[in-house]
Amino acid sequence: MASIYWPSFFFLLFSGLACGFAVAVLCSQNIVRMAFYLVLSLAATASLFFLAGAEFVGAMQLMIYVGGTLVLLVFGVMLTSQERFVTMKVAVGDRLKGLLVGGALLGVLIAAALSIPAWQGLDRGEAETLVVPPTATPIGMGLVGLRVDDPAAAGYLFPFEIVSVHLLVVLIGAAYLARAKRKKYEEPSAA
Amino acid sequence: MAGGPPFRPGASYAAPPHPCWLEEEPYVAQFLSELEIFGVAVCPWPWLAAALVGLVHVGLLLSLVAVAALLFIWLERKISGRIQDRLGPTRVGGKFGWLQTLADGLKLLTKEDLMPAGADRLLFKIAPYVSFCAAISAFIAIPFAGGAYPWIAQHLNVGVFFVLAVLGLEVFGVILAGYSSASKWSLFGAMREAAQVVSYEVPLGLCVVVPVMIAGSMDLVVIGDLQAGWFTQWLVFHDPFTLITFWVYFTCATASVNRAPFDLAEAESELVGGFHTEYSGLRWSFFFMAEYGSMFSVSILAAILFLGGWHGPIPLTSLMNLSGEAGSLGWGLAQALGLANVLLKGTLGVCVMIWIRWTLPRLRIDQVMAVCLKYCTPIAAVMFLGATCWHYQFPHQSFFDMLLILGGGRR
Repeated sequence: MASIYWPSFFFLLFSGLACGFAVAVLCSQNIVRMAFYLVLSLAATASLFFLAGAEFVGAMQLMIYVGGTLVLLVFGVMLTSQERFVTMKVAVGDRLKGLLVGGALLGVLIAAALSIPAWQGLDRGEAETLVVPPTATPIGMGLVGLRVDDPAAAGYLFPFEIVSVHLLVVLIGAAYLARAKRKKYEEPSAA
Repeated sequence: MAGGPPFRPGASYAAPPHPCWLEEEPYVAQFLSELEIFGVAVCPWPWLAAALVGLVHVGLLLSLVAVAALLFIWLERKISGRIQDRLGPTRVGGKFGWLQTLADGLKLLTKEDLMPAGADRLLFKIAPYVSFCAAISAFIAIPFAGGAYPWIAQHLNVGVFFVLAVLGLEVFGVILAGYSSASKWSLFGAMREAAQVVSYEVPLGLCVVVPVMIAGSMDLVVIGDLQAGWFTQWLVFHDPFTLITFWVYFTCATASVNRAPFDLAEAESELVGGFHTEYSGLRWSFFFMAEYGSMFSVSILAAILFLGGWHGPIPLTSLMNLSGEAGSLGWGLAQALGLANVLLKGTLGVCVMIWIRWTLPRLRIDQVMAVCLKYCTPIAAVMFLGATCWHYQFPHQSFFDMLLILGGGRR
């Protein structure tokens, strides 16, 4: 057992969980269960980030996707799902079409991932001596315009600001659209 | 103190080394793997040492949450008895009725395990465990003593953020419980709780950012060690803005763990029992353990972020010169004192929550949302701005430091 490289073992475990639950999302017929499997799949992805030492990205994944987006999604599903929409039946032709499109995308992604030499991984001796630097500080510094790895290069302050203002506009717009229109109170007519 | 020398643009920046996997716990794991009893190695393989260390952490945290829940349920009864002139448990057994919680546990064990006919069986069974796991996992990144070798299960670079993210997952179990129960009371209760918890995460996050900004790190150990010394160094007394931020944080934390006066998710007159209407016995008690566990974790988080963490009001460890190399007796005593500090402050926070619960009347749901969006969020935002200005104008100087300077003191 000493020869097992445990990070690889956990990588296989969590990636297997992520893929397995992703397949379960496809195979499930009940829409709330689909959302639940999606949560598990995304949580397994977060643990892959933790395994890689990217704690900030992992916590971000948990907070935004699992804790935020998926809660809203389940919320929406719970509010809207009537009896006949809870179980979804998919025709065989639709399954085939979906398999074709999704499979083509998967093939392209796998081919792209395998063709990048930097992603081929290290051999075990190198990997065991690897020192993982903390991830939060470089990301934060990059967002306020300072690149830790290369002080001469520009940071990401400008795109960060654009995205922030964009999100603010979206929020104000959503609040404006969702607010209740104030109507004049009308005396209920005596019937 | 605050994460090393200040960052200067253009200066070369050397990231502090962060040990890789399996070496995360160098102290205990190494000790275990080198330990020999009668010439026989106890842990011949490093992975076994790492696994044992992990198991010990998990066992300690699980028992901490379980014992804390036992204690808090008893405390809740006694304190509410005092406040509302009731008797509280007196006759169940033991001095002051401390066996009451055990009797409750036995009762819950023997209750019939019911499930509604239309329930989604898988989700109904899983939901309590989802809540409980989320409440427990938050403790993984919470330190109980600081220093170079902090007492913490997993020393994360982004501890605060991780704790907040995991605490936000607890609502997922609630939503699943509400949906899978096939009951309108459960569904409405779950909707309310989810809306409330998700909304209160916004001001909670804004409040947490203030200590993070002052410490310059999201590492809970760094934030706690920043407050070493007398209680004047605590971040709650850092400046007037952090003082207000602390109270906003505590309000939002109370709301985000669904304690009264914000416990709108269960309302006998409107929603029966809320999301756990259909739960009984042990499954129901898992929700309650999760509630008490998350009360404890947000209180400990408040203690570490604002109330000095493992540093007591009086710096006993440095006055008594209790320091030394990691592993020495003095070091152990100092760390144990820190642990006692964290647990006491956390318990104190929970007691305040209990006090609030039995003192204030409950809010209406629209009032709950108004408190969050109209009051807590703007106040937290303005306090963040104020704390930023203070930190910019007087970097690394607390309010009491300023008083000393004004009084012509040393420094």
